[in-house]
Parts: sequence; C-alpha cells; structure tokens
Amino acid sequence: MKAKIHVTLKQGILDPQGKAIEHALDSLGFTNAANVRVGKYMELDLKETDKAKADAEVKQMCEKLLANTIIEEYRYELG
Amino acid sequence: MNIGVVVFPGSNCDHDCRHVFRDVLGQDVRMVWHKETSLAGLDGVILPGGFSYGDYLRTGAIARFSPVMGAVKEFAKSGGMVLGICNGFQILLEAGLLPGVMLRNRSLHFICKDVYVRIENAATPFTSLCKPGQVLKVPVAHADGNYYTDPVMLAAMKANAQVMFRYCTPEGHITAEVNPNGSLDNIAGIRNAEGNVLGMMPHPERCAESVLGNEEGRLILASMVEGLKTMKRQDEVVIGR
Repeated sequence: MKAKIHVTLKQGILDPQGKAIEHALDSLGFTNAANVRVGKYMELDLKETDKAKADAEVKQMCEKLLANTIIEEYRYELG
Repeated sequence: MNIGVVVFPGSNCDHDCRHVFRDVLGQDVRMVWHKETSLAGLDGVILPGGFSYGDYLRTGAIARFSPVMGAVKEFAKSGGMVLGICNGFQILLEAGLLPGVMLRNRSLHFICKDVYVRIENAATPFTSLCKPGQVLKVPVAHADGNYYTDPVMLAAMKANAQVMFRYCTPEGHITAEVNPNGSLDNIAGIRNAEGNVLGMMPHPERCAESVLGNEEGRLILASMVEGLKTMKRQDEVVIGR
C-alpha cells in the first residue's frame, strides 16, 4: 500500500519561505497570487495490507516523527 | 567533574565543547556516540551544535530518536544537568525536554555573527557566575533559531523564570532590531521548569578563551561546572560520605 502524506504549517504560523516565494511570483508578474504557504510532501510504501491498520500506522508516523504537531498539521491518502 | 559530549552524525561543535571543558576548565570529558545507551559515570551532558542528520525533515527531528536520547531523558528526569547548544537546543525541543519549537529564521538567512544577550535569570546553576541583567557578547550561527511557543506556554515560562537569555543591544535593551532571527520575545535560550536542562542558540564554547578575543561564554560553561560540583557535594551529604 502506498501512503501519500502532506505536512503543512498550521494557520497563523509565520511562513517566511512562503512570503519570499509570493514576492518572487509578484516580481514575475503573477500579481494575482496571495497567501503562499510551503509544505512537505512525502510518499512511502507500506507492507501492511489491512487498510485500518495501515491508517493507524501512518497516523502514528505523522504524530511521532513526520510532523511537529506544535506548528504543523498533516493529512494523508492510502492507496 | 565528568562531562559527556554527545556526538550525533553531523554534529560539528563537539570538539569545541570538549576543548573548553577539558583544556580550559580542566574537567574530564568523554565523547558519547549517539548509539550508546549509557551515561553512567557522567555528571553533566552537553548536546553540541552542528547539523545532526543534515537537519533533514526538521532540525533535530531525527536526532531526538537516537539511542542515546533515552539515556539523556532518564538523566534529565533524575535531575542531571543537560546543556543543549544550537542544534543541541533544537534536539531538546524536538525531544520534548524543553517546551516550544524552532522555526526558520524570519529573514530566511543563515545568520553567523556576534550578538549580545542579556542574562534574564542569574539564579540558576548555568548562570551563577553571571549578574542579573548582565550582557554577554556571543556568536550565533544558525538558520533555524526563531523560537516559538504558544501564549499560554510563554506566560507559564515567564512566571517560572524559564527565559534565560534574550537578544539585546550592547547596553542591554531588548529591541526588534537586534533580534537576529525573529524569535518570540527575543528569546535566545530557555530552561525547563525544573531548572536542570538549558537550551541556547548562541555558542558559548566559541568564546571561552582570551586568545579568541572573547571569553564571555566561559561564564556560562564555568557556572555549569560549579553547579555540577555543588550537586555532587549535596549528593555526598545526603548519602552520608
């Protein structure tokens, strides 16, 4: 089973990278872009075949390592 | 005193730490590889600066799970003194031994320069040789020193005198201009509620000898040695030696 995981900054956490990219887009003429936020995308293969067990395992991975839940939130898909 | 300096893959300030504690302050120093699981015989533990695991995923996020960290947590829980410098501070935050988190520097730049920090709490074993409000010049070198915690935790930390150092002007004023990384309330270092674990972004081990032109960092490291000696004396009284 493949897990596709997105880790993003919580609302309200300052994202200077996002701001820098927003300014760069603006300089390039893309003045319609606003509120750029940068996150992480990770993929992994899971040996587990039971969907419920896989879900629980990926959730634990996110809680424990892949996201710092003080400032980040996560979502994932299993397929 | 027996000082342990933990070495993670990617740590690069471990030798400077050993040099100061062993050659400048005359203590016994043992390098502790991150895979070791025992801190037996050590009085104090240093988590040095560097780029453990390349700062992959998040700085300190992987190092916090190194085998040695189980022993470091136990050591801290039993009251042992632990000092985390720069990446060491980041590892202590990820490990939950200190509250809060480090964000990328607001400017997105890696900041490498001398800064001034004000001693906010001189009544601790890490700052006993300092005066309250004393200003020290120390170097910083980091890209992720933007300390953040939520307002409730910040209030609790302040109530408990956990803020140890704040970026300031040479005269000791706290201003936004002298904050190198955007950290909350100009925080440069904190301690835990129990007072035995300290994390700081500046590098005291890089300014602990007169030959380097700045030995102000020595005050913090020498305070720690004094603190360890006091703890040992107290232990011996309790045990009745």
